[in-house]
Amino acid sequence: MRFSRWTLLWLALGIAIIAGVMIGTMRLSLADLVHGVIGVGEPMPIAVVRTLRLPRVLLAALVGAGLGAAGAALQGATRNRLAEPYLLGISGGAAVGAVLATALHTPIALVPVAGFVGALVAVALTLLVARASGGRGDARVVLMAGVVVGAFANSVIMVALANADASAVRGALWWMMGSVAEASWTQVRVLAIFVAIGIGALIAFGRAIDVLALGDDTAAGLGIDVARVTLGVYVVGALLAAGTVSAAGLVGFVGLLVPHLVRLAGARTHRAIIGAAALAGASLVVCADLIARVAMPPAELPLGAVTALIGVPFFLALLRRLA
Amino acid sequence: MIAFREVVVRYRGSAQLALDSVSLDAVRARITAVVGPNGSGKSTLVRALVGSIPLVSGSIAVDGESMDGSTRRQRATRIAIVTQREEPAFPLTVLEYVSLGRYPHLGVWRSPTKVDRDAVARAFELTETQPFERRAITELSGGEWQRVRLARAVAQGGDAIVLDEPTTFLDVGHEMAIFELLSRLAAEGQAVLLVSHQLNLVARFASNMILLKGGRVEAAGEPAAVMQGNILERVYDWPLVVTRDPAVGAPTLVPLRVRPRSARVE
Repeated sequence: MRFSRWTLLWLALGIAIIAGVMIGTMRLSLADLVHGVIGVGEPMPIAVVRTLRLPRVLLAALVGAGLGAAGAALQGATRNRLAEPYLLGISGGAAVGAVLATALHTPIALVPVAGFVGALVAVALTLLVARASGGRGDARVVLMAGVVVGAFANSVIMVALANADASAVRGALWWMMGSVAEASWTQVRVLAIFVAIGIGALIAFGRAIDVLALGDDTAAGLGIDVARVTLGVYVVGALLAAGTVSAAGLVGFVGLLVPHLVRLAGARTHRAIIGAAALAGASLVVCADLIARVAMPPAELPLGAVTALIGVPFFLALLRRLA
Repeated sequence: MIAFREVVVRYRGSAQLALDSVSLDAVRARITAVVGPNGSGKSTLVRALVGSIPLVSGSIAVDGESMDGSTRRQRATRIAIVTQREEPAFPLTVLEYVSLGRYPHLGVWRSPTKVDRDAVARAFELTETQPFERRAITELSGGEWQRVRLARAVAQGGDAIVLDEPTTFLDVGHEMAIFELLSRLAAEGQAVLLVSHQLNLVARFASNMILLKGGRVEAAGEPAAVMQGNILERVYDWPLVVTRDPAVGAPTLVPLRVRPRSARVE
């Protein structure tokens, strides 16, 4: 990718973040935004910027960056354009964790933690199932194992919900639909570290993913330990996705769609694809959250629903191009 | 030089040995050909060389240095492999693809230097693939693609190049072009190890042939010594004769048709 495209991506993210902070139930001016950031001026806008909008927008950006990068890396490592960050059973596992936590009346603050743990258990289970089936590095076996674990997670959710009361069901469902409304600075800080390390690691895998895409035997001939690199990308990608899930629930379609857009825009090597997908994913989720807030006031739409609504037509257009 | 010494390989869960005490030398500046029927262990030999399957016993050395302790990346800097099939999952340009040949030298972070760019340029020149540089690899014809794959292996810049049936899907002209290219690489001082089903062409281009069957070396030596009617007939389990090609004088295999054992007219 040329330099100007990177500038464009950063610029788009900058504009999305500024718009995300300014637009909302209380409309802020650019001056309010600046005052809020430097902490000078009227207390009200400062409070809105500092405690509500900025953490929310930044959390959305981090979630999008993580999902975009994880999706790009996983598509590359599995050599499958339909791969996405939740493919290793993450969504099912996270949902089981969240549903069990709500069904057992754990404090609401612990629901994300339960979701994270559930996601990790599901990933471990998927990789173990794949390994037991003899397909340690084989993408198809891992994808199938992910489907199996996801189906199992669904059945667990249904059993758990059958006995839960209505409010618990609603709470769990709401969390699964994705939201950054409850964003706090602590969440932003934790996720920022998580996402920075995760994306860094995936970019480090970038060249190896390029070689992996040539096929197992050729990759081995170029000095790659195929099973180890694939497993590495799975684990890092899954951790990254699980981190975003624990911060914002399930935000679908981002990890599937953004890598496609980035490839369409001309990125071909995975270091570029992963980096660009992180930036584009961040912009997309910030915009989606903005839409979620202002589309049907005073109600807020679930973030996952908005990303899916944006994603579906995009994907239909992509399908037409591919067919 | 690539030297196999009594290499034994067994696939997991298989009672049979895939390679049974195979020894061979692929010397510099020569084409060495490995031939044999399907399932005779030709591709296994390539996998053992790359290190993607472990040796039960025996050793593989490159220029006298054992490959036992070396990492895969170290191996890849010395031996370049062109595998039987390769279907890239994502479109790259030919230049990007050939540049991937430098991966074992670059690793994770190092940026390409003049050495890397020169190696890529030389690979383009040698394989005469420069005109495709900007095209997408998905848009190449079968013959162009094989040459570009060779360019990638040349860019890898090792002392030896190993090819697993590089001309399977090519017509006569493109096949000859690949063989001529291989002899040019050998003339440049590379050790070329070629796995092929094309016995007649191999007999013309290679200076040494190794005939495998069931993981064992059935015959080895100069083409004239290996291209014997009785040996080949036994190994390929098909009636055939070996004659001398009237145009070039090389030993040539002619498989015979089997007469129907009992012509049933009912």
